[in-house]
This record gives sequence, structure tokens and C-alpha cells, in this order.
Amino acid sequence: MEKDRLRRRTFLKILGLGSFLATVGLSIPITVRFLFPRVLFERPSTFIVGRPDDLNPATTGLRVYEDWKEEYGVWIVREGNRLYAINARCTHLGCTPNYFADEGVFKCPCHGSQFRSNGLNFAGPAPRPLDRLRIYINDDGMITVDRARLYTYKDFDRKGAYLKL
Amino acid sequence: MENKSALWRWIKGSRVYKSIFRHGYEDTKKNRILQIRSNVFLHIHPVKIPDHAYRIRFTWCMGGITFFLFLVEVMTGAFLMFYYTPTPEQAYRDMLYLRYDVPFGMILRNMHRWAAHLMIFTIILHMLRVFLTGSYKPPREFNWVIGVTLLVITLLLSFTGYLLPWDQLSYWAITVATNMIGAMPFIGHEGPLSLLDRYHDIRFLILGGSEIGSNALLRFYVMHIIVLPVTGMIFMAVHFWRVRKDGISRPL
Repeated sequence: MEKDRLRRRTFLKILGLGSFLATVGLSIPITVRFLFPRVLFERPSTFIVGRPDDLNPATTGLRVYEDWKEEYGVWIVREGNRLYAINARCTHLGCTPNYFADEGVFKCPCHGSQFRSNGLNFAGPAPRPLDRLRIYINDDGMITVDRARLYTYKDFDRKGAYLKL
Repeated sequence: MENKSALWRWIKGSRVYKSIFRHGYEDTKKNRILQIRSNVFLHIHPVKIPDHAYRIRFTWCMGGITFFLFLVEVMTGAFLMFYYTPTPEQAYRDMLYLRYDVPFGMILRNMHRWAAHLMIFTIILHMLRVFLTGSYKPPREFNWVIGVTLLVITLLLSFTGYLLPWDQLSYWAITVATNMIGAMPFIGHEGPLSLLDRYHDIRFLILGGSEIGSNALLRFYVMHIIVLPVTGMIFMAVHFWRVRKDGISRPL
């Protein structure tokens, strides 16, 4: 028998051990992938706020609209002729703050962070102002908010972080 | 398989490997017996116990009480499962139902809760005793590692059980905790040096979604009732068995 030929027993051994190791090895990424479902039954990332005239651009100063907080976790804020969407998620550890209109302050119930009406942090452990979400006019001329696109305070003047009324 | 690599030699020479696999492949009658009887899964009852393992002069019994509390958790937990459904629609309602309408439901739920709190307490005292008597030192260092693993499993059991009542406290506690997990380096979407988004990070893996919902509740439930208790029981078997093998350490 030739020495360097692959013998049947060695071949079957490699085949058997190889398929065993491949199965065990593949089971790990397969299990991890299994835990990431393809479809999620979560709230859609975009929602429509309304027509630009609905938000009454005649009044001056700063105003916080709470109408979309309950369902989408977003405050729409109008500051002068600027409109932006504040993400109702504390920048400390992600609880939902409450808005106290009489004080003009957002307060987080979990660890006591506080923010001004424009989202600026001034008390508690929150490390940065409340994040803002992408706000734009969609093809039907409606004000739309996309909760998947986040702007931190450095990007507040970027296009998409606010809307000029 | 004669051509052993340097890595394989290093693994086999390491303390961890030698703690787990204490007897090699040597084909002698003695070694074959040693292989079997030094494995808890093949030989749960030790053939012989060293004299000093029986010489218990005093004990805090904190390990024993912890195990007793674990049994309380298993029993009360099994009873709670008769009425609890891990869905957002039903979980909170079932918890109230257990409290106010199921006979002995309130004491059952409270036993489960307080035994869980006590278990953490007795574990800490148990570890304190082990530390004070120097029982973490060789030859018991392997069992110390098993014990720390059991501590982690117990903490994870407390963590997963926290969400199940599905009330404000559990919801926001898990929100905070999973946001901290999401801030881990590399594997969390808000952590430093991370390239992942919130749909592909470690937080998503734990919650089964980008926010806490029905998937998260179900995942926590499965971990709480099957995965963690069974893993814990396996480690407990090794833990107790090693105590018998190594003996109770001498008093101060």
C-alpha cells in the first residue's frame, strides 16, 4: 500500500470528526442569529405630526407640544420659527421624563435629572441635553418625525434636526 | 494526534484545565478508576471521604441555608407558574390575581420574593466566612471559582425575576439596567468603540427588540425558569461534591 495515499479509515475519520465539529461550530452563530428576529412588532419609526399651519406659527416664544409623547415618546417644540422634535428619553439611563408646563422643566422620575424646555440639562446626573429626532416635510407636505435618526446636542444646527416654519 | 501544538500544551498545563480534568489518559487500572470517581457526573457518591471532611466543629451553615432557600425558590416558583402568563397583556393582571384572588397566593408570592432577597444575603455571609477562614486557598481554589459562578447565576436570577411582575418598578428598573448594558464597549450600541446600531447589539440580544416589549418579557421568563436554574443546579452539584472531596476547612 502506498504510504501517502489517503486511506479509507483516515478519510472517514476526517469526514466524521469534521462534520461533528462543523455542526457544533455552526450551532453557535445559528443560535445567536436565532435570537435576532427578522420582523419586529414595534411602533413604526416615522409618524406624521400635521400640516405646518397646524402648529400656529403666529405665537412667539417657546412652546412644548405634548400631543405625541404618549404614543411616540416625542415632544414637538417650537422655539421662535424653529420646530424640533425632542426624544423623550433621559440621556442618563433612558427613562421617560415628564414635562411640567408651569415650571417649563422636563423632570426624569428615575434619578432626578432636569432639563429646560429646549432640552438643556441643568440638574441631576444627565450628561447632555435631551436628544432630538429628524424632522422634515414629507412628500405630502406634512411635518414628519423619524425616530430612528438621532441628533445629539452638537448636531442641533444640522439640517434635519430642526424645521424652519 | 501526536503533533501537539504549543497552544494545546499551554491549555493542558494551565491550572484551570488541571482543575477540571485532574487525571490524564494514562491507561492503568488505577488511573481508569480515578478518572471515573473524580467526576461528579459519572460518580456522584464519593468513594471515601477524608477524616477531616467530617470534623465539623462549628458552622455558620450559610451555604446550607442558601441551598435551602434555593429549594424554596424552586417550589414556590413552580406554584407561581400555575397562574402566571409572561405576556404584556396578562403578566401584571396575573400578579394581582395571585395576590388578591388565589388562595395563599399572596404568601406564595412573598415567600418567593423574600427567599430571593435572603438568598443574596446568605450568599454574602457565606462568602465572608469562606474569606475569613481562608477557604478560597488551594486546594479549594477551584471550588471558589465555582462559587463565584453560582453568585453570578443567583444575581442574574434576581435580575430576570425583577421584570416579571411587569409593573412600573420592574419596567423602569429593566430599562435602566439594559441601557447600562447597551453602553458596554464594542458590543453595546451606545458604548465606546461600538459600530453597532440599536437593532444589532447586546441589548437587543437580551430584550429581543429595540425596546422592552413582549419579546423581552418572554426572554426574561425563559431565562428565569429554565436556563439559569438548570445551570445553577449543575454548578451546585459540582460545588457540594467538591466540598465533600476537599473537606470542610478547619475553623479559625
